[in-house]
Amino acid sequence: MSTPLSREQMARRVARAIPDGAFVNLGIGLPDMVPDHIPAGNEIFLHSENGILHVGPRPPAGREDWDLINAGKQPVSLRTGGSFFDSALSFAMMRGGHLDVSVLGAFQVSEAGDLANWSTGLGEGVPAVGGAMDLAVGAKQIWVMMEHTARDGRPRILRQCSYPLTATGVVKRIFTNMAVIAVRPEGLEVEEILPGLSLEALQASTDATLRPGAMRPLEA
Amino acid sequence: MLDRRVASFTEAIAGIGHGATIMLGGFGGAGTPLGLVAAVHRAGLRDLTVIANNGGSAEPDLRIWLEAGQVRKLVCSYPKSKLHTTASFTTLYLAGKIELELVPQGTLVERMRCAGAGLGGFYTPVGAGTALAEGKETRMINGREHVLEMPLSADVALLRGRQADRLGNLTYNKTARNFAPVMATAAKLVVAEVEEFVELGALDPETVVTPGIFVDRVVQKGAPQ
Repeated sequence: MSTPLSREQMARRVARAIPDGAFVNLGIGLPDMVPDHIPAGNEIFLHSENGILHVGPRPPAGREDWDLINAGKQPVSLRTGGSFFDSALSFAMMRGGHLDVSVLGAFQVSEAGDLANWSTGLGEGVPAVGGAMDLAVGAKQIWVMMEHTARDGRPRILRQCSYPLTATGVVKRIFTNMAVIAVRPEGLEVEEILPGLSLEALQASTDATLRPGAMRPLEA
Repeated sequence: MLDRRVASFTEAIAGIGHGATIMLGGFGGAGTPLGLVAAVHRAGLRDLTVIANNGGSAEPDLRIWLEAGQVRKLVCSYPKSKLHTTASFTTLYLAGKIELELVPQGTLVERMRCAGAGLGGFYTPVGAGTALAEGKETRMINGREHVLEMPLSADVALLRGRQADRLGNLTYNKTARNFAPVMATAAKLVVAEVEEFVELGALDPETVVTPGIFVDRVVQKGAPQ
C-alpha cells in the first residue's frame, strides 16, 4: 500500500511545478505552504490581493507591521523590488490575465474544471466570498491543491460539483496527495500517480472518470 | 485659501446623518480609520448602510457600530469573522437583524471605481454561473459569459492615510492603502484620518496617491474629539 503525500510533500510538488520567474497568487490554506518549498535558485513573485507584489516571509515575533499583511491577514514582509497598489489595480492584475498561476484550495472540482471553494454559509451561518471568485478567473493557469478525498473518504473530484460553484470551467491542473491530474477538454488525464497505486485504485477514490496520461510517478 | 484640514473629529464627521451610506476603508486591520469610526459611534448615527471589505474584528472597528446597533445593511466581500460576541456580524446576521449584500472583492472595488469614474457599470466574468450572478443580466463576450455589475457609490467615505497636506493630497502606508484610493472617488463626502499633516510642497507629486480633488476633509490621528 502506497502512502499518500503529506501536506508538506504536496507543497513541495506544487512548488516544483511553478516556473522560475512566475507571478503567482497563492490561496489561503494548503497553498500557503508552497513558498517554503520553492527550489533554490528559482525566483517567484508572490501577489497578495490586498495590494502587494513580491511578498516576503513573516517577520520575526515583535517585528510585525500590521499595515503590512497578506490576504489571510497575517503579517508579512516585502521583498526587494516589491510594490504596493490599491485594490482596483490588484484585481485588474488578476482578472486581466497578468498572473501566471493562481493556486487555490478547494472543496470540490468537477471534470469540466468547475471549482467549488467558497463558503455560502449553508449550515454554519454567514456567507463569505472574499477574493475567491476573482482568483478563480483570469490567471493564465488555475491550479487546485487539495486532499484527493474528503476526511470521510468521499471523492472530491466529481462529475459535477454538489457544492455551490466559485467559477465554471477554470481549473487546469489538480494536485492531490495521490495524483497530478490535468483537466482537458476531453476529460481528466492522470499525469502523475503515487508509486504503487493502480489507476483502478485511484479511480475508486474519484467520482469523475480518469484517463491515463503520462502516468509518471508522483514524487514530492 | 483652500484648506481641507480640520482640527477635531467632530468637525471631520459634521453633516453625516442617520441613514447615510458609508464606505469604510481597510482590509483586515490595515487601513481602518479608527478615530473616525469612534466619532461616528459617539455621534450615535443610526440606520447606516456600510460598504466595507470585512465585517469587523476584535479591534474597535466596524464592530463597535454593529454592537451599538447602528448598521442596517452591510455591503461586503468577507463578513465572516471568528468573533462570536452577542452583537458581532455573525450573531446579528443569524438573528436576521442585519441585511447583507455579498460581493466578490474585485467586483466590489470595481463597482466603486465605476461610480467614481462616471461609468454606468461593467461586464465581468467573475461570478458567472454561480449563485452570486442570480438575477443579474449576462452577456457572452469573446465566447465567455459575463455578468453586468452596477456602480456603487456612497454618501461618505471614511479613510486612513499616512500624510496629507492642506489641499488633501494623500499618501498611504503599505497594505493600508487597499480600497481607500477608489473609495475616495466614489463618495460625496470624503474624510481621511492621517498620521501627519505636512506642509504644502512636502509631498513629492510623484508619490501622491490620491489627489486632493477627491478629498473634502483631513483630520490628524489623535486630534481632539
